[in-house]
Amino acid sequence: MLDLFMTIFFMIIKVIGITLILLLLPVPLTWLERKVAGHIQQRLGPMRVGWHGLLQPIADGIKLLTKEDNIPIYADKTLFKLAPIISLIPPFLVFVAVPFGEDVTLFGRKTGLYISDMNIGLLYIFAVAGLEVYGVILGGWASNSKYALLGGLRCCAQLISYEIPLGFSVMGVIMLTGSMSLLDIVEAQSQIWNVVYQPIGFFVFLVAGIAEAQRIPFDLAEAEGDLGSGYHTEYSGMRFAFFMLTEYIVMLTVSVLIVLLFFGGWNGPFLPPIVWFILKVGFFVYLFMWFRFTFPRYRYDQLMSIGWKVLLPLSLANILITGIFLA
Amino acid sequence: MAEYTVLKSTKEGDIETKELLLNLGPQHPSTHGVLRIILKLEGERIVDVDTVVGYLHRGTEKLAESFTYTQIIPLTDRLDYLCQPSNNLAYVRAVEKLLGIEAPERAQYIRVMLAEFARISGHLLISGAVPMDLGAMTVLLYTMREREMVMDILEMITGARMHVSFLRVGGVREDLPPGAKEKIKEFCRIFPQRIDDYERLVGENRMFLRRTKGIGVITAEEAIDLGLGGPNLRASGVSWDMRRDNPYEVYDRLNFEVIVRENGDVYDRWKCRIDEMRESVKIIEQCIDQMPDGPVKVDMPEIAFPADKGKVQSSMEALIHHFKLASQGFKVPKGEVYASIEAPKGELGFYIISDGSERPFRVKVRAPSFVNLQALKLMAERGYLADMIAMIGSLDPVMAEVDK
Repeated sequence: MLDLFMTIFFMIIKVIGITLILLLLPVPLTWLERKVAGHIQQRLGPMRVGWHGLLQPIADGIKLLTKEDNIPIYADKTLFKLAPIISLIPPFLVFVAVPFGEDVTLFGRKTGLYISDMNIGLLYIFAVAGLEVYGVILGGWASNSKYALLGGLRCCAQLISYEIPLGFSVMGVIMLTGSMSLLDIVEAQSQIWNVVYQPIGFFVFLVAGIAEAQRIPFDLAEAEGDLGSGYHTEYSGMRFAFFMLTEYIVMLTVSVLIVLLFFGGWNGPFLPPIVWFILKVGFFVYLFMWFRFTFPRYRYDQLMSIGWKVLLPLSLANILITGIFLA
Repeated sequence: MAEYTVLKSTKEGDIETKELLLNLGPQHPSTHGVLRIILKLEGERIVDVDTVVGYLHRGTEKLAESFTYTQIIPLTDRLDYLCQPSNNLAYVRAVEKLLGIEAPERAQYIRVMLAEFARISGHLLISGAVPMDLGAMTVLLYTMREREMVMDILEMITGARMHVSFLRVGGVREDLPPGAKEKIKEFCRIFPQRIDDYERLVGENRMFLRRTKGIGVITAEEAIDLGLGGPNLRASGVSWDMRRDNPYEVYDRLNFEVIVRENGDVYDRWKCRIDEMRESVKIIEQCIDQMPDGPVKVDMPEIAFPADKGKVQSSMEALIHHFKLASQGFKVPKGEVYASIEAPKGELGFYIISDGSERPFRVKVRAPSFVNLQALKLMAERGYLADMIAMIGSLDPVMAEVDK
């Protein structure tokens, strides 16, 4: 009885913990992004609020919370209100299956740094992560604004062309490990990281992952250059913040997945596993920010042709090559 | 406008597709000012384009009719607000042509130098803004850093950063301050390396090339037919530069290359501007080296304030001239004149009709941006919505100049 109780207790603690981490992590990430942007662009970035602008995200949060919650007259009110929430939930759900480290001992009890170790973990992640796009499409549609609609449509087209290579690119990893559980995949990389065996898979996953996270050069759904702000043009205040939050969490998800699938997860010499994990994820988050402030964005049709004509054949070839070597 | 309310719809089976009318601007991040474009879209493809201008109309030409010839100089600053000295130069040259005078040699060198700084300043902004519209934000901030240097130099010479109003009929307001030459030379030393940086950052970027090469093509014939000017014309393969082909001021003594490119697409227009900045640096260096000593204003007390203020206090004649010039301005002989220069955006011309008084009867500005903007419709048809942004940027319109 006590055992069951403790299991449930730990589960609740872990769920709350991960939710809090995911809710709060974008806060320093926005600061980091603005600082990275600043230094890449020969400026200082936020400097006024707190030491080196450290409290800037809090100021931003207060600003967004106190902003008028504007709903356009012609918008579909229910969907308009629902869309940010629909887009926010899937990124949280994804983390149910994402492990952060090996088992640790807490209060004399061994527990894993994950909520659930599913044997179909990877499949679950891709299934749930794809749902995020509904929020974007609905947001674009419900705004009843042409800019938002175009943003939503672009997002939809982009998702279809990128989810497929994304899914195929991890097939090589699954074939190598023989398991869809992320825990198994990480354990299999304790000696040599998958990126050594799967350079093409990694490349496709990285590119498709950027598209999934809707970051430059694939941020067509927002494209402030031509669409104003794309699908969230009409959103203000906290609803807008929800979309931003989603974007950061998805970026984090993609970074975490890259690390787990191709860079050995928390495996690494000398340092404790969790430090390795944070370092690796941090590197990829930084890489995404670096991309954002270096590259222009692709055009709608160019993005589609890259997805279908380059990434998809590459990922299929990767499966073939992996299959030949395994056989 | 009526035709735009009719949107074509096509039916294929059960699916009916309808064209989309999109209002781009006048408040839009990428229209470079208050340009309004009405787009007819078929999905993301552009079917039809209508450009609406006039949101920044301030009646400059009408206003000029009630100003004295000297008072108009600050008005011209506000035409193309990125390249003020060139606007001053075009206007001042028109008035000088009417008066039949010419500025002293030193003044001409200073003017040419400032006009080239204006070119750099204008080109810097747009060569940063085009990649920014396409998503590569960083270049703009790099070019702004160098533009800051240009503005510092302008501030040192003229006392103002933006609206310099430094040129006068018959010369320039005052001589270069001590230390200006060294500062300019330092800029000429640093700047070419920085241009290389921009090119390395985006000029060789595959994504940037894919977004700009072959986009918004204007052929040489079309460019001539539309009356385009400046880099927009030269990028299409037409070798025409007023500085070389119709030299004014001291341009015939300066050694520079006219940048001509072949394809007439967005990339070529961007590259043309980048290369032109290098030539401008060369011109500025030559100006500094060749600049003779001497007066910076014509020795005509009825037109220009005397350089030596002591004269006003000692000579009755000088005092009267000074008083009349300050209180009423100078009279310009009756007649009509058109004078134009190669401004950063193209041929900037002033057509002035004088009725013999101290105020012009009519001033007409031939603004290059206004003419260049015509090309938008031609370029945009059958392009994509996202290309539209690159096309607008590549034409480099300054709305203040378009609407006057």
